[in-house]
Amino acid sequence: MKIYADNAATTPMHPAAMKAMLRCMEECYGNPSSLHTTGQRAKETLETAREEIAEALNAAPRELIFTSGGSEADNQALRSAAALGRKQGKTHIISTAFEHHAVLHTLERLEREGFSVTLLDVHADGLVRPAELEAAIRPDTCLVSVMYANNEIGTVQPIRELGAICRAHGVLFHTDAVQAVGQLPIDVQAQHIDLLSASAHKFHGPKGIGFLYARRGVPLTPLIEGGAQERGKRAGTENVPAVAGMAAALKEAVAGMEENAARLRVLRDRLIEGLNTIPHAALNGDPIRRLPGNVSFCFEGVEGEALLLLLDDRGVAASSGSACTSGALDPSHVLLAIGRSHDVAHGSLRLSLGPDTTEAEIDYIVENVRDVVAHLRGFSPVWRDLTEGKAAFIL
Amino acid sequence: MALYSEKVMDHFRKPRNVGVIPDADGVGQVGNAKCGDIMKMYLKIDDGIISDVKFETFGCGSAIASSSMATELIKGKSVSEALSLTNKAVAEALDGLPDYKLHCSVLAEQAVRAALEDYETRRREQSR
Repeated sequence: MKIYADNAATTPMHPAAMKAMLRCMEECYGNPSSLHTTGQRAKETLETAREEIAEALNAAPRELIFTSGGSEADNQALRSAAALGRKQGKTHIISTAFEHHAVLHTLERLEREGFSVTLLDVHADGLVRPAELEAAIRPDTCLVSVMYANNEIGTVQPIRELGAICRAHGVLFHTDAVQAVGQLPIDVQAQHIDLLSASAHKFHGPKGIGFLYARRGVPLTPLIEGGAQERGKRAGTENVPAVAGMAAALKEAVAGMEENAARLRVLRDRLIEGLNTIPHAALNGDPIRRLPGNVSFCFEGVEGEALLLLLDDRGVAASSGSACTSGALDPSHVLLAIGRSHDVAHGSLRLSLGPDTTEAEIDYIVENVRDVVAHLRGFSPVWRDLTEGKAAFIL
Repeated sequence: MALYSEKVMDHFRKPRNVGVIPDADGVGQVGNAKCGDIMKMYLKIDDGIISDVKFETFGCGSAIASSSMATELIKGKSVSEALSLTNKAVAEALDGLPDYKLHCSVLAEQAVRAALEDYETRRREQSR
């Protein structure tokens, strides 16, 4: 059996997205900045895509700029809000400890440039408390950045509440919605979102393309200087085929969103229930307020990379927040942020389901995770100490 | 492109000399769970020769493969030969490790050394 359970890393492309790209490459090879018909044809494709994407978010087309992906959009959102804040004498930013590194590393850089950063607690359930956000806002706060849904543990934040608090205090609100777009309904107006980042390959579109939504009136600072593309906010000839593919993928994702989410939730809960029968294992993050397809577990006494390599041998593609998978010494900052100890965080496994996942696959995954965990525990000195009472079980 | 060499994967999938030696003459444990790797080596030594060796490892694929390979390299060898085992020899025998995984081979060398030191300590205490 071959099972792809790593849809949070990236997704297979939707046939409609591939078709849109191919059509674009064949028929709209022009440069959208060219004045001739061939160029204008490409321009039209670009602007139609922008309209379609804007509609899916309840945004206006001119509020979207295309970027190389989620990381670039995050960088630009933060840098733009910081630049505006500095002009107004506001140099305080609020975010969370478990943001994507595209946000965290940008914040670290801004700190070196004189900004102060408050990272909100995400608690054991992986959720921000709106009251804690409100309490953290200061007169000099220029930006709040909270991810819509976490990429590792899948917890979904109360975005509308957070957005309303920011709006009431006159503070810009950015959300990294890379894991949410195409999975959860988004309405930038109702949710009081000022800036939003997205990436196409997370919703069955192509890699290397994404977008940044910036509410009208929020000035963007270009990261790349050059031509006047994207109204001067992002230089460089637009990747028209990728944009067309992204729009087509989002259209499909939004059309099937409710049905897909309902189906995924059933499978997700079946997987959680199955993995919960493995002793000394625990789900990471809130069991309900999480992405429809995200399952993240920690297994005591085993290491995550070994776990996922053996699962790969059995045809299951998954991922882990173990340090060994990234070459870092520390395990995932996300798991540490929700209070998992180092020992336990090394034994993490993320399974992210997709539209092709079946019930039979879920049962196959449960059985094989159980086998592999038992195999690895069989010669783990950590597990021996735990079972012989020389160390205390955490999970 | 594969993450690891075939040799690493072979030792990871089918680790040699896994387990414990209840009446071991030397036991060594290195690493800690905080950084994600722990190796424990058990040695049986007869007449200065390592007659049996077993290991237990909590760690990634290359940590498991490195410990497995280390046991193969010292089994049947004299104590002094085993003491000269280097992390480089472990890594080479595995047809190489990715740079950021070389510490796994270092840990394997240290685990062998720790077990041999334990053996020496026990011997000194017995002869006292």
